[in-house]
Amino acid sequence: MVRLGGLSDRLWRYVLMPLAILLVASALKAAEPRWEEIEKTARGQTVYWNGWGGDEKANAYIAWVSEQVKARYGITIQHVKVGDIAETVSRILAEKYANRNEKGAVDLLWLNGENFHTMKGNGLLFGPFSEKLPHYPLVDTITIPSTTLDFTEPVEGMEVPWGKAHLVFIYDPAQLQNPPKTVAELMAYAKAHPGRFAYPEPPDALGSTFLKQVLIELTEQREALQAPVAETTFGAVTAPLWGWLDEIRPHLWRQGQAFPKSAPALRQLLADGEIDLAFSLNPNEASAEIEKGNLRNTVRTYVLSGGTIANTHFVAIPYNSSAKEGAQVIANFLLSPEAQARKLDPTIWGDPTVLGLEKLTPADRERFTTLKRGVATLSPSELATPLPEPHPSWVERLETAWRARYSR
Amino acid sequence: MSSPLRRPVAWRVLLFPLAHAPALTLFLLLAPIAAGLIGTLLPAFGWLPVVGAADFSLAPWRMLFSEPGLWHSLALSLWTGFATTALSLLLALALLGTCYHTAWLRRIRRLLAPLLAIPHAALAFGLAFLIAPSGWLVRWLSPWATGWERPPDFAAFGPQDPWGISLIVALTLKEAPYLLFMGLAGLAQLPIEAWSNMARSLGYSPSMTFLKIIWPSLYPLLRLPVFAALAFALTVVDVALIIGPSTPPTLAVQALRWFNDPQLNHRLPAAAAVILLLLLTLMAIAAWESLARLLASWSRPWLINGRRGGQDAIARRAALSGSGLALALATLSILAMFMWSLTRRWPFPAAWPEQWTLENWQGQMDNLLTMTWNTITVGMAATGLALVLAVACLEHEVHRRVTFSGRSLWLLYLPLLAPQIGFLFGIQVLLVWAGLDGGWPALVWTHLLFVLPYVFLSLTDPWRAYDTRYEQTALALGASRIRTFWRIKLPMLRGPVAVAAAVGFAISVGQYLPTLFAGAGRYATITTEAVTLASGANRRIIGVYAVVQAALPLLGFLAALWVSQRRDS
Repeated sequence: MVRLGGLSDRLWRYVLMPLAILLVASALKAAEPRWEEIEKTARGQTVYWNGWGGDEKANAYIAWVSEQVKARYGITIQHVKVGDIAETVSRILAEKYANRNEKGAVDLLWLNGENFHTMKGNGLLFGPFSEKLPHYPLVDTITIPSTTLDFTEPVEGMEVPWGKAHLVFIYDPAQLQNPPKTVAELMAYAKAHPGRFAYPEPPDALGSTFLKQVLIELTEQREALQAPVAETTFGAVTAPLWGWLDEIRPHLWRQGQAFPKSAPALRQLLADGEIDLAFSLNPNEASAEIEKGNLRNTVRTYVLSGGTIANTHFVAIPYNSSAKEGAQVIANFLLSPEAQARKLDPTIWGDPTVLGLEKLTPADRERFTTLKRGVATLSPSELATPLPEPHPSWVERLETAWRARYSR
Repeated sequence: MSSPLRRPVAWRVLLFPLAHAPALTLFLLLAPIAAGLIGTLLPAFGWLPVVGAADFSLAPWRMLFSEPGLWHSLALSLWTGFATTALSLLLALALLGTCYHTAWLRRIRRLLAPLLAIPHAALAFGLAFLIAPSGWLVRWLSPWATGWERPPDFAAFGPQDPWGISLIVALTLKEAPYLLFMGLAGLAQLPIEAWSNMARSLGYSPSMTFLKIIWPSLYPLLRLPVFAALAFALTVVDVALIIGPSTPPTLAVQALRWFNDPQLNHRLPAAAAVILLLLLTLMAIAAWESLARLLASWSRPWLINGRRGGQDAIARRAALSGSGLALALATLSILAMFMWSLTRRWPFPAAWPEQWTLENWQGQMDNLLTMTWNTITVGMAATGLALVLAVACLEHEVHRRVTFSGRSLWLLYLPLLAPQIGFLFGIQVLLVWAGLDGGWPALVWTHLLFVLPYVFLSLTDPWRAYDTRYEQTALALGASRIRTFWRIKLPMLRGPVAVAAAVGFAISVGQYLPTLFAGAGRYATITTEAVTLASGANRRIIGVYAVVQAALPLLGFLAALWVSQRRDS
């Protein structure tokens, strides 16, 4: 080829390249109608979207999504609010039990981690589909590895990244000048201020995350957490965690005899002044709560000096959904820069985006860069040291061990 | 007189179902419960193929009994169940015993309706805020009286206390009015006038008359309602979720947690836990009954010892202040939720909100309208159906002179005695099988299970007390049975019918688990929405829903009052 020199160059420029472009374009065209086909089938469908309904900011955002997809794609969303998404997993299970393999009651659900692990493992999910969504290439799979590894479980196209979570601590500098930056400092603080620290009771997701955070910081075998839990080493890996929890327990809120039941209950305790320090999986939550009048505007957030756990939450489609097309169109809309930017706005919800800003057009990027960061929200560089989630099998094992110790 | 033979064919067609009414009613009640129990029994013994369990074994039971905290949960359920029932009965007894012969009785009757109408969950939310260490009561007293600038840190006081005291109080606030209501209905069946006149002529004080003469005859009429209260307190889920202890929780809550565990094989011990709860309920009822008999036989010498005097005034004051306290707690709980629904900011230790807003209501308006519509339509349908079935059964009974009592009354009570979580998962599977889940009919049917017994119980006494001579006169004047029923009997009994409808509607509004399981989440009502929102711990929004949740049944009772007091047009 090299010998042909100029000819090959011209051949390439005038014949082969246009041909290649034509080929690629036609291939794309062939792929395109498939998505158009999906959008066409989706029109007129009703999508039952099940998700945790305890956060009115998220609920209001989903109401906005409903209006948008109704106007743009002719899809009706019925938002089914549940107290715990596991209820929905349970329902889909009951349907499989009764051989209802199509026309299930749920078309889209909001989940991650353990519930995803369970559903994927039991064949309760539709897919793979997520990587074929037109907006999927915008997802930042490089710097947010949890978009492809959900609690170490490979996503493999079975769920669509929706938002990002990162454990941050919330406090009021007016009451607490030097907040504890390590797990050891936290212990010292709790001892000096009995009753002013609490963590939600596992199996609440935030409570379990707290256990994992302490475990990661204290254990000497951090790498063991990335593999499925092994009964033989569980005791050795987790011994420092239990020692720490035992030691802090009498100094906790209500002397560790009662625990807040959920993340919002923990936040409410901070708002009521019962505790000095809370934490959240949403780095924007404090700002959004200040906006709503629930927290004082002096409240701020921070992360521990060794970094904190981060993960991603997703939407997925059950295997027996009756509106898989509509659900895919919605999932794709959720990934659009417009929907993601609105979700990030702390006056709306404040849930961080999963998109990579460098992948967006300048106009779309502007939607994000012009957003005012909330007063209590950390900058991306302050959040730059996420710790990965342990394998999902750890959650179950830690929860059981926690219950055996503190709930009997 | 129109004999059945000469009745026009159309009437016969219309009356034909009457004979089948009892059978149909029992079928509607019992079929789902039976199916539900089977659907729970199978997994309890290891059969749940969908999670890969397909051999019968005792493994679920072994799993259950190796669960940490099981015995604690069990004991907690028993304790809260017994304590609630005993306390409620005591309150009802004290109030009836000291007021049955006074004008207070009428006042109590009037106050009772709104108390009966408040759904459990709404009351529990309000009470939780009222008694929390950072709650309303402490806010009133802080910092001027208590010196607390920050909420105190108590372990043994406030919601989620380890002894379940707040759970017992919350349940008692609802159970005592219910037992009082049933007690009033019971009193109406006894010849109180005659008995108390006779007792008074023998020198018995009014409260001694009640304890020694009336109560021994009244309690048997209250037995089933007391059992229902006991079973309810032992197995309640929503109230225990809101205000009960959680490390560990009561057995019913623990079973629900296992049902909802992401690890699917936890459904097996969950089913076993439910069966255990069912056995526990049966044993608790048996224990209660033996205890009651023991007390009765022990008190026999006291009943006939001839002592007639009593500290009536003191007893009445104690009874009235006890019930006054309960009433105040209930009122303040609802008021607290109303305040929160209008709050933007309300930090500790402010006694009143710092910033007010209508945003909470405005933001929820669309949602509220949908939920209210769902709640009202399902409630009305279930209540309407229950009224038709109950009236049909009672009419059949009157015509055939067979009474729906004894064993069949127990059957009717079954939905109230069996733990809801005991058969609802099974019902869910049944409904999915039949392709009915998530549908409106399924939801109405499931509500009917709980509405019908109450409607039936409310109607039984008025129906039996109805003077049949009115009917006979009308028939003698040539009116048909149907016409007699519609023009004479029903208008005369419209008061009780309206009250029964209001009771039924209130029961339907309060249903949490049945709506959750049968509605497939597709039909959310005010109550399911409120309990779901409770997981968000946002008092402002919970306040909005709690207020609406309490207002709906209250409107029902007001309507009933209006119907029964309206003059004939």
